[in-house]
Amino acid sequence: MSETAGKKAQIGRVAMPEQEAKIRARNFLEVPTGYTVKMAQEEASRCLQCKKPGCVEGCPVGVDIPGFIDLIAQGDMTGAIRNLWGKNALPAVCGRVCPQEVQCEGKCIVGKKGDPVAIGNLERFCADYEREHGTGELPPTASATGKRVAVVGSGPSGLTVAGDLIIKGHDVTIFEAFHKPGGVLVYGIPEFRLPKAIVAQEVNFLERLGVNVQCNAVVGRTVSLDELFEEGYDAIYVGVGAGLPKFMNIPGENYVGILSANEYLTRANLMKAYKYPEVDTPIPLGKNVVVLGAGNVAMDSARTAMRLGAESVKIVYRRSRDEMPARSAEIHHAEEEGIELFLLTNPTRYIGNANGRLTGMECLRMELGEPDASGRRRPVAVKGSEFEITCDLCIVAVGSGANPLLTSETPDMKLNKWGNVHADEKNGKTTKPRVWAGGDIVTGAATVILAMGAGRAAANSIHDYLTLGW
Amino acid sequence: MFKIVKRQEMSQGTVILNEIEAPLIAKKAKPGQFVILKANETGERIPLTMADTNPAKGTITIIYMVVGKSTALFKDLKVGEGYQDVIGPLGKATHLEKVGKVVCVGGGTGVAVLHPITRGLKEVGNDVTCIIGSRNKGLLIMEEHMKAASHDLRICTDDGSYGHHGFVTDVLKDVLKGGDIKLVVAIGPVPMMKAVSNITKEFNVETMVSLNPIMVDGTGMCGGCRVTVGGKTKFACVDGPEFDGHQVDYDELMLRLRAYQEEERKCHQDYCTIRDAK
Ligand SMILES: Cc1cc2nc3c(=O)[nH]c(=O)nc-3n(C[C@H](O)[C@H](O)[C@H](O)COP(=O)(O)OP(=O)(O)OC[C@H]3O[C@@H](n4cnc5c(N)ncnc54)[C@H](O)[C@@H]3O)c2cc1C
Ligand SMILES: Cc1cc2nc3c(=O)[nH]c(=O)nc-3n(C[C@H](O)[C@H](O)[C@H](O)COP(=O)(O)OP(=O)(O)OC[C@H]3O[C@@H](n4cnc5c(N)ncnc54)[C@H](O)[C@@H]3O)c2cc1C
Ligand code: SF4
Ligand code: SF4
Ligand code: FES
Repeated sequence: MSETAGKKAQIGRVAMPEQEAKIRARNFLEVPTGYTVKMAQEEASRCLQCKKPGCVEGCPVGVDIPGFIDLIAQGDMTGAIRNLWGKNALPAVCGRVCPQEVQCEGKCIVGKKGDPVAIGNLERFCADYEREHGTGELPPTASATGKRVAVVGSGPSGLTVAGDLIIKGHDVTIFEAFHKPGGVLVYGIPEFRLPKAIVAQEVNFLERLGVNVQCNAVVGRTVSLDELFEEGYDAIYVGVGAGLPKFMNIPGENYVGILSANEYLTRANLMKAYKYPEVDTPIPLGKNVVVLGAGNVAMDSARTAMRLGAESVKIVYRRSRDEMPARSAEIHHAEEEGIELFLLTNPTRYIGNANGRLTGMECLRMELGEPDASGRRRPVAVKGSEFEITCDLCIVAVGSGANPLLTSETPDMKLNKWGNVHADEKNGKTTKPRVWAGGDIVTGAATVILAMGAGRAAANSIHDYLTLGW
Repeated sequence: MFKIVKRQEMSQGTVILNEIEAPLIAKKAKPGQFVILKANETGERIPLTMADTNPAKGTITIIYMVVGKSTALFKDLKVGEGYQDVIGPLGKATHLEKVGKVVCVGGGTGVAVLHPITRGLKEVGNDVTCIIGSRNKGLLIMEEHMKAASHDLRICTDDGSYGHHGFVTDVLKDVLKGGDIKLVVAIGPVPMMKAVSNITKEFNVETMVSLNPIMVDGTGMCGGCRVTVGGKTKFACVDGPEFDGHQVDYDELMLRLRAYQEEERKCHQDYCTIRDAK
């Protein structure tokens, strides 16, 4: 076995074709352009079809990885996508954005001796192939049960719940606060990483199945959970995400030119401000941009700033490279595009001019000390190491918390001390009868696939309730 | 689409009233709350306070000053046409309580925002004096409405073409000297709210203002609307838009309102050039 694994590892992974770094750093087109059929089949042939596949254990929703890869190898692309859909409703999204290196691919046996099988690329290939060549045929839905479900929030977890329950015959309405559905997939993750047409198609698929999507509905304001019950909904799923920006809380944070990543990316993605003045929403164009933080959100902000024409873009992060939480592919792409990493650096205050505009920031150098509660070595400031970075735009991407808009209006739904909704890990039940919750509002900012996994578990539990009782 | 059922030009065409079909919002809205509107696919999300609501008819009324590209685009919408998106009600409702003698001060389109609050304060049993002002008589809005909503209406114009010759703050001082005022509500341009707050501070009278920073979502998810109140950062869309006038950092707010000045000026100019060419 390990000998074959070694051989397959030697063959080397089929590289994903990409736009060249210099060119893509100034446009908003998708960076990886996708496998051809030949490439996909060649890569699929690297899979050993393990009897006890590690990769499946690594996938939070247990996609039948050897199964769908084998179907690609045999040229049965329709079979492959049907297989994927069995566990994952949004393969076009997950193939693109899952942190595969710590999930499925991180556990692939071929990866022990070389590059793991490119599971994400293959997953994406199947979904793209279906979109371009598929019949668009809808899966069969169960006959109508007459039960009504309200899904609050149209991010990946809400979309998963809606898809699962409509197929089981329930009447599903999604309520979304923004004017467009998709959650972080539309307002957060940029076009060059996840084309919005793909998200729109996924939503359209649900609509064709019969899901009713109501945008501009801020639940907690336009309508409350109790009012939804009064209107006759039998169950509610809350998947409102982690939509509360964190700031650094250091002096000068309200200077013009300091934006949360939420604001910056919402302007760029949801409002399409990168097309300004073709669209009406402006976005600040920085010459020298600093992004605080080192997660996916920070990488997306930095790469967006570069595409909007910045002369320099710096990522400032207080820990070291090993602790950077972003997907490794994003860090790699960002560096290729000319983004500089200022590691072990912590901002202490912002500097502005008489017009209240940002001109720079003061930072301290850090060194790694003892491990902290998260197990990562705690960064400690080096005394007297203050230095200044010149910048006219700063994007703060140091995490996001739970937005209290809905939860503060729903006192009988218990929260934890950070304001996240308390929900049963197995089935998503909250302390409020007939209300389930999942995704980032329960776990805090996490990943697309975890939000989808929580959605699927809750959908099963909701279905049980609707057919058997609470 | 959210259909416009009534449209009216005020203040020599610089201020526009739209009554819009939005039954869900009309049912829930309270004085002091606002909506976010987006005219079309490429439009910007613009916050405007509801000047009135009619839950029975399912409509809300907005009154806005035409200042830039988006409000110019709104102005061009006719009855029967509509907004692609209207979101709300957003923000905290005004805390309406009987406290005794109250003064409501409004400037410019702030008067529209002030109207439902004034009416609400009167309805709960306060003795309401209202002071409204504009640059000249022709620009004054909602005189009749404000008369009905208050017990005593005072009018000021900068050029003396109508009512008192001078600023609302002059009249306010006189009223405050009369004594026993429990609350002042001031809504209008930022410099006006700042001036009012400075005066009421001298008289030690509680003051409430409604802030209008630049917003994106209006639900507390972007932080674009941050204002400093009492030394702390607040998100105006969810923590406000009404705040204690004595605690607000008005200078910071004015600087932040200019964040996109250059872009806005150019965008508006281009829009007018293209529209006028048609
Ligand atoms: C910039 C960025 C990049 C990311 N990159 C990756 C990545 O590469 N890989 C990865 O796996 N994960 C990534 N993530 C994380 C991932 O996107 C989230 O974990 C995931 O989207 C959470 O899904 P969700 O359904 O819980 O919530 P969300 O996607 O946040 O959706 C919640 C939805 O609910 C709506 N809503 C909120 N309040 C209300 C209300 N009161 N009424 C009605 N609707 C409401 C919101 O508008 C939103 O549309 C990224 C996140 C960001 C911000
Ligand atoms: C909660 C809230 C309630 C509001 N209610 C009303 C109302 O009832 N009636 C009304 O006329 N206006 C109201 N405003 C202000 C209104 O939103 C702005 O005038 C509008 O966004 C300008 O858009 P524009 O594209 O036409 O102009 P822009 O081109 O965006 O701006 C033109 C000029 O207006 C200034 N400006 C930009 N955004 C704002 C803003 N949010 N507030 C004030 N000035 C701004 C700019 O500095 C610029 O000089 C409110 C604002 C908020 C936040
Ligand atoms: S869903 Fe994500 S983790 Fe699971 S197989 Fe697909 S890419 Fe890997
Ligand atoms: S992807 Fe890797 S771990 Fe999974 S079955 Fe194939 S070779 Fe085995
Ligand atoms: S407008 Fe985005 S937080 Fe207030």
